[in-house]
Amino acid sequence: MEQPKNFGFGEDEAMLRDSARRFFSDNLPADRLHALVAAEFDPHRANQCKWDADLWKQVTELGWTAACVPEAEGGIGMPLVAAVALAEEAGRAGFPSPMLGTFNATFVLRGCDTDAARAALGAIAEGTSMTLAVTNSRGSLNAGDTDVQVDDSGRLTGSAHFVQDARKADRYLISARGANGVGLYIVERDADGLTVAPDVIVDVTRDQAILGFDNVSALEVAPPGAGQTALEAALPAMLCVLSADMVGAGEWLLQTTAEYARTRVQFDRPIGFFQAIKHPLVNLMVEIDNAKSLTYNAACAVDIGAEDQLTLARMAKAQASSMAVYSGSRAVQFHGGIGFTWECWVQMFFKRQLHSQVLLGDANHHRRQLADALIGPVAA
Amino acid sequence: MSDNQASDTPEQAEFRARAREWLAANHPGRPPLRLPQGALEVSDPHALEWLRSWQKAAYDAGLVGCDYPTQVGGGGRTNCQTVANQEMFAAKTPYLVNVIGLGMGAPTVFFHAQEEMKQQWLPKLFSGEEIWCQGFSEPGAGSDLANQQTFAERDGDNWIINGHKVWTTLAHFASWMILLCRTSKDDKYNGLSYFVVPIKDAIGRGVTVRPLIKMTGETGFNEVLFDGLVIPDSYRLDEVGAGWKVAMTTLAHERNAGQMITPASGGMPLDEGSGVSTNDPASLARLARNQLRDGKRAADDEALRDEIVKMFIRSEAFRQNRRRTRVPELRDHAQRIPLQSKMIVTELQQDMAELALRIQGLGSTLSFTDDKAPDAGQWGLAYMNTFGITIAGGTNEIQRNILGERVLGLAKTK
Ligand SMILES: Cc1cc2nc3c(=O)[nH]c(=O)nc-3n(C[C@H](O)[C@H](O)[C@H](O)COP(=O)(O)OP(=O)(O)OC[C@H]3O[C@@H](n4cnc5c(N)ncnc54)[C@H](O)[C@@H]3O)c2cc1C
Repeated sequence: MEQPKNFGFGEDEAMLRDSARRFFSDNLPADRLHALVAAEFDPHRANQCKWDADLWKQVTELGWTAACVPEAEGGIGMPLVAAVALAEEAGRAGFPSPMLGTFNATFVLRGCDTDAARAALGAIAEGTSMTLAVTNSRGSLNAGDTDVQVDDSGRLTGSAHFVQDARKADRYLISARGANGVGLYIVERDADGLTVAPDVIVDVTRDQAILGFDNVSALEVAPPGAGQTALEAALPAMLCVLSADMVGAGEWLLQTTAEYARTRVQFDRPIGFFQAIKHPLVNLMVEIDNAKSLTYNAACAVDIGAEDQLTLARMAKAQASSMAVYSGSRAVQFHGGIGFTWECWVQMFFKRQLHSQVLLGDANHHRRQLADALIGPVAA
Repeated sequence: MSDNQASDTPEQAEFRARAREWLAANHPGRPPLRLPQGALEVSDPHALEWLRSWQKAAYDAGLVGCDYPTQVGGGGRTNCQTVANQEMFAAKTPYLVNVIGLGMGAPTVFFHAQEEMKQQWLPKLFSGEEIWCQGFSEPGAGSDLANQQTFAERDGDNWIINGHKVWTTLAHFASWMILLCRTSKDDKYNGLSYFVVPIKDAIGRGVTVRPLIKMTGETGFNEVLFDGLVIPDSYRLDEVGAGWKVAMTTLAHERNAGQMITPASGGMPLDEGSGVSTNDPASLARLARNQLRDGKRAADDEALRDEIVKMFIRSEAFRQNRRRTRVPELRDHAQRIPLQSKMIVTELQQDMAELALRIQGLGSTLSFTDDKAPDAGQWGLAYMNTFGITIAGGTNEIQRNILGERVLGLAKTK
């Protein structure tokens, strides 16, 4: 299977990406983001969910969330590299939204092959947002682990944890265990018997919650036994869009810090003159470029159905995660005292990167899986 | 290599097919003697002759210099050198010995020499009949390259050259040298000029070449002394005083960021038994599976596994970065990735080789000249040799300065 030389990133994808970049620079420059999400600094503040729902509505009207919905379901049917480009721009803007969740739900639903899943994809194309509720209280990365049970009449009981952007999404895509294994279900945010208990999180650009289910009636999109496979099949694509978000945020941190190093003067010189600043910024640039190239490569592998897509996606996420931490750390350090303040915009991206690096498994997790694939399993 | 073919132009596709066919029938086979790891260390004349005949064969088959015009001995093709290189590596060929000539001499001569000189010099450079070397570095001019002290003084239609060059790779076989030197003491940069000077034919007539020994015990580079060497003005490249500009053409190509793609072959395992390629992380994984440490396979050590995987990731990222540079929609700054390439690839090779030594444990103490050395001692030798490439061609510290200044716009280090 040969990948196209251009990663399948053609004119349409470039146009979509450029319009996204313009959209964010017009509507969500970093000062606006700070005013939106960081008005309150008290760490004991009530858990909050600060975002611009109207901006999100514009995003859905622009068709971004329909991009990877198949045409048969009313979407645009673009390749994954299109969603990756959008996620990269959203990361660069630190965009608070259910965008990644909606992409993830799209990838999972595409693998479900039921009428209900197709209808749910149609709803996404029309602007409904979703997020995944598939993690148990221990944060297990195994798609078969869930703390939600489904009974014979399709009602859910139990809890789902670390649900991303839970208060922004319209609907949840939930994994639940029944007698014959894990199935996938959809529940509306205002469903009877559902409670949304927000976590207090460090990242100011996201929200996160625990969902409690008490005999909640749900729509089945994958029957018990088929859910785990659908989740696992979607993993490479999910890793790609998350990595892309980190690449975008990393690039914002790099460019913002380079700008500071060009203008802040100490010892009669712009601090970027000093190699203790210059060289690590170059190293960060290299880490970002590596993460970006690996991400587009993995997304392209998903698009052509390549056998090694999971391996390539794990490489992307491992690289993006370690880059993400480095980008935040160097940005704060090289801004000096101001970088350590709440007021400095850097903190928002620093925290978003720390949050992203552990979602869907950190660098160590993915490298451990890669070792099995590339070196072979550890002898018993 | 699998992703290369997909969007070949018709010319590339036709050329690729012919190259593949020729390589299948004309691989030179294994050399009759042990070759050093790279062209920078070739010092045995028999090795030179064997490698030279491979280069000549590849040139005659149209695989070397194919993007240069036919008038100067090239193939007159468009964007085919990349294809030739891909196919030569895929066929696991020996390396091309005239590396300095192909990588730096040819593009510099091509862009800056007089037409008849190009026609005289380039065909024999491409075929390897004449070996080229580069006279840039001096005892006092390393990273600070413009601090040249070698002086060319005008004498009618001639120039008289005096000075001292160091680290001159392949000067011991070279017919020609590309020379950066001073023609005026008034201005550090604008006082530089650029020449092509004879070496072999001028030994004893103003030129002395003495080998320098590397930390591996091998040689390959030299010091070159000029004592009143006389050359005609037609050997000058570009204007008097334009030496720095010409040197930038040389350096851009040396760092894989120039206009012409350098002809390159390689991939032939140097040691038949182990088949190890010190540029390939798969060789590290294989080594770890075969190596026992403390009674257990190195491949079962969690810490080593993690480090090996990091090498796979860096190696894949390097490949994908190169691919991305050719997609204008996916890069923000044209020079951003090309300028990284020399630094990235040399540090990756260095780190892979160093990791291999820790996988080998006590076995890594053995020299490549000891028959008991694991993987024929290639990793230890490679580790040492990689310092040649993290230093040569502008040290990696200098590369980081350039990237910080040209791509991130940071204040210049002078
Ligand atoms: C194997 C090999 C082959 C070579 N072949 C050739 C050849 O064929 N022709 C030729 O002309 N030259 C050749 N060279 C020379 C090479 O180009 C120089 O060694 C190199 O440019 C460094 O110069 P130097 O050795 O004088 O080190 P120096 O410039 O003295 O550097 C010493 C250390 O200081 C650091 N440093 C210096 N300036 C700065 C700065 N501004 N910022 C940060 N760090 C700095 C360097 O990175 C290095 O770590 C070769 C070198 C090697 C090792």
